[in-house]
Amino acid sequence: MIFSRLVALALAVALAAGVAEAQISDGIIKIGVLNDQSSLYADLTGQGSVVAARMAVEDFGATAKGMKVEVIFADHQNKADVGANIARQWYESDKVDVIVDTPNSAVALAVNQITRDKGKAFLVSGAATSDLTGKACSPNTIHWTYDTWALANGTGNAIVKTGGDTWFFLTADYAFGHALERDTEAVVVKNGGKVVGKVRHPLNTSDFSSFLLQAQASKAKIIGLANAGGDTTNAIKQAAEFGIAKGGQNLAGLLVFLTDVHGLGLPTAQGLIFTESFYWDMNDKTRAWGKKFAERDRGIHPTMIHAGVYAAVLHYLKAVDALKTDDGTKVIAKMKETPTDDPLFGKGTIRADGRKIHDMYLFEVKKPAESKGPWDLYKLRATIPAAQAFRPLDQGDCPLVKK
Amino acid sequence: MSSVFGIPPQALFGQLLIGLINGSFYAILSLGLAVIFGLLNIINFTHGAQYMMGAFVAWFLLQYAGLGYWWALLVAPLAVGLLGVALERTMLQRLYKLDHLYGLLLTFGLALIIQGLFRNEFGSSGLPYRIPDALTGGRNLGFMVLPNYRAWVIVFSLLVCLGTWWVIERTRLGAYLRAATENPTLVRAFGINVPRMITLTYGFGVALAALAGVLAAPIYQVNPLMGADLIIVVFAVVVIGGMGSIMGSIVTGFGVGVIEGLTKVFYPEASNTVIFVIMALVLLVKPAGLFGRAQ
Repeated sequence: MIFSRLVALALAVALAAGVAEAQISDGIIKIGVLNDQSSLYADLTGQGSVVAARMAVEDFGATAKGMKVEVIFADHQNKADVGANIARQWYESDKVDVIVDTPNSAVALAVNQITRDKGKAFLVSGAATSDLTGKACSPNTIHWTYDTWALANGTGNAIVKTGGDTWFFLTADYAFGHALERDTEAVVVKNGGKVVGKVRHPLNTSDFSSFLLQAQASKAKIIGLANAGGDTTNAIKQAAEFGIAKGGQNLAGLLVFLTDVHGLGLPTAQGLIFTESFYWDMNDKTRAWGKKFAERDRGIHPTMIHAGVYAAVLHYLKAVDALKTDDGTKVIAKMKETPTDDPLFGKGTIRADGRKIHDMYLFEVKKPAESKGPWDLYKLRATIPAAQAFRPLDQGDCPLVKK
Repeated sequence: MSSVFGIPPQALFGQLLIGLINGSFYAILSLGLAVIFGLLNIINFTHGAQYMMGAFVAWFLLQYAGLGYWWALLVAPLAVGLLGVALERTMLQRLYKLDHLYGLLLTFGLALIIQGLFRNEFGSSGLPYRIPDALTGGRNLGFMVLPNYRAWVIVFSLLVCLGTWWVIERTRLGAYLRAATENPTLVRAFGINVPRMITLTYGFGVALAALAGVLAAPIYQVNPLMGADLIIVVFAVVVIGGMGSIMGSIVTGFGVGVIEGLTKVFYPEASNTVIFVIMALVLLVKPAGLFGRAQ
């Protein structure tokens, strides 16, 4: 039937949209921001990450130091093959030296391998899977902002210790969801809790009612949302509709971003507890940066991913400046041996497996009455000190780490 | 306890109901597409964007005019329908004589532009829209808690679907419409303004999409991408039901919702592909769709 052919054609056109912009040049440090520019992760990464990278270049004073730095970006559409193709093209013909951000763990794992093969540098802020510093760790990759182990450790511990000992998982069915579910399950079991069921939903699901019904039937005390972005907000919104909380069950958002909470609104999101590594309203430095950022990103305040892109690019440029080379492997090695210091995450270190170490924070969403503005959304519940926030070096099975 | 394939029958019953509720969105949207295709021969790819605009108009009304859900239910379809009329008058009208492909390309391009503009302005995280006070809460049916709002959606959309079917298939106005698509010259000879009728039909189809958008606003986030996510599925529904068949699109909409719901229980990983598998099977066996007539 002609109609179905037309649909196929239209789909092909839709998929072909979103091409990388790039120029060929020498003697330039070229930073490629590769992330989701158009779909469910576009607000929490997207143009905001490009803005953050540009701010890092400006604040580093690259021009004054005689360095030419260029920031380009592309949309990987949450498809590993699209992301891999862009990464290859950037490295092979567009002279990109470093790829940053790259949410969506499936895409990040692909880019991680390509970067290693090409001897370039990969600074991960958006992707979550702890495998990037575990069995897939690479001498060319640094994982900056957070990972699934840290989220599970922060949120999982806090919830199990306050009595939430039976869990049901709603898991995004790809590398990220699987890793987050695995790491959280380990924490739950370690603390004496039990996982009574799980369901894997496709990425970008709009209706969660069927899954919520299954979670309700499981009688688990905690429904763990091992997903992100639009999937999480839809699940939370619909859980309220189905009276999940009234039935005595609680939601655990395992990965929640500032933009998600803002999108949900405080009446729906209040009381939600989750782990993050950055919030704009922490101290004078973060507030100043957050304000500057919001002015440049349509009023959207920065997520921890944006903060991570900024800090990682800043640290990268310091290493390039010190070495006077942009050779990926050398720069990453230099970044690992230099202690980090930036206005957003403070002082920190980078381990041999590529894991950036800093404090993590347990936040709670404010009640509507407590909030003084549209972006005044979190209050701090607890600080998880850097030494306990991430998976111990010897437990990740990273081949780079000598035992 | 007895069970069906390892699922207690009560849980299964809940899932069937959920499937019907989701199916009601498919039904209203595919109905609009079917009306537009059946009477105008235009494959309206902006349908998803118009659905999204319906939800946004509801949000605008609440945010800037203080008008709540019930007003939105009336105003949003009118406003978006009027935009549809303008679109038909200025652009689509010029394409009727050409191949379907041109209409598809125009509407698809417009959909991309509209979605891009909204995404640029409002971002991708979505905007909150609350369930109207009269419909909050739910009732316990024994086997599940049915939110009042979802019950309202299913009843309301059934009424809209059946009403539309009745107007087109059973009234004089509907007879004119159907006649005008068969032989416009002859119908015009009877003194009926055919172009105006066609314009209004397009406006009506678009208004249906906007209506579905308002219904969806309290359940899903009001999100620039909400239409893009849904439209492909809805097209699959229309293909399964048979292009242009009014009753076919209604029945298929609800049916596909149920099948998708059951997939979410038995094999959730496949829940967003099952519809396309069915579409492929139907096209192999009945290329014109389940309710379509081969031309």
